[in-house]
Amino acid sequence: MSTIRLAFSAAPQYVRTARLVGGAVARRAGVADDLIDEVRLAIGEACGRAVARHQRHGLDALVRMEMTDDGPYTVRVTDACDIDPDAGPDEADQMAETVLAGLVDDLKVNGSEVRMTWPVRRRLGWR
Amino acid sequence: MELALTTREIEGHQVVAVQGEVDIYTSSVLRERLIELIDAGARSVVVDLSGVDFLDSSGLGVLVGALKRLRTSDGELALVVGSEKLLKIFKITALDRVFPLHDTVEAATRAPRAR
Repeated sequence: MSTIRLAFSAAPQYVRTARLVGGAVARRAGVADDLIDEVRLAIGEACGRAVARHQRHGLDALVRMEMTDDGPYTVRVTDACDIDPDAGPDEADQMAETVLAGLVDDLKVNGSEVRMTWPVRRRLGWR
Repeated sequence: MELALTTREIEGHQVVAVQGEVDIYTSSVLRERLIELIDAGARSVVVDLSGVDFLDSSGLGVLVGALKRLRTSDGELALVVGSEKLLKIFKITALDRVFPLHDTVEAATRAPRAR
């Protein structure tokens, strides 16, 4: 299994970097070409959600993204907001979560973590 | 520059052509331009997204905001969406039923006013 981690300051200008890296790693992991745009969009939504949550709560901490290709391709985006998950979803995150739910079949949103998984069909490159 | 805007008037419609990516970082540029136009009196705005490679929920939020602002003065907002890829996010959020969507700027500027 390969793991790639990215951590970035919670500023909007870095979300593009995260989605480009996530898309490149998806391609390398063997995610089908016709899914790559969706992967980039979903990663952008998850990272944008994390950045917005940090800004709303005045946090300086980094947003973290971990990509793994243990069979399927999985991306976890984690923010540092320490909010009680039982408090229910934040309305401000609603649009991003709606888009994520419509894009990603295997999605789990649990407060500070968004986990997304896509199937792979082939591997590229030497392993 | 990840986003470029050009504005022109066509038969009474303010047409804003967008090139590049509309995301959490660049969407504020589009928001400011639309607010400027609406506050200056525009009542029919067409946002041409055919040059857009990427649009996420922050972009949708800007478009919804502009639509609401226009509706308070009986104005209208229409979109030109060239690709299936871009259409997808409108369908996921059911916003394809909220915005008039057209294939071309010509179709958008020739469409009759809804009210």
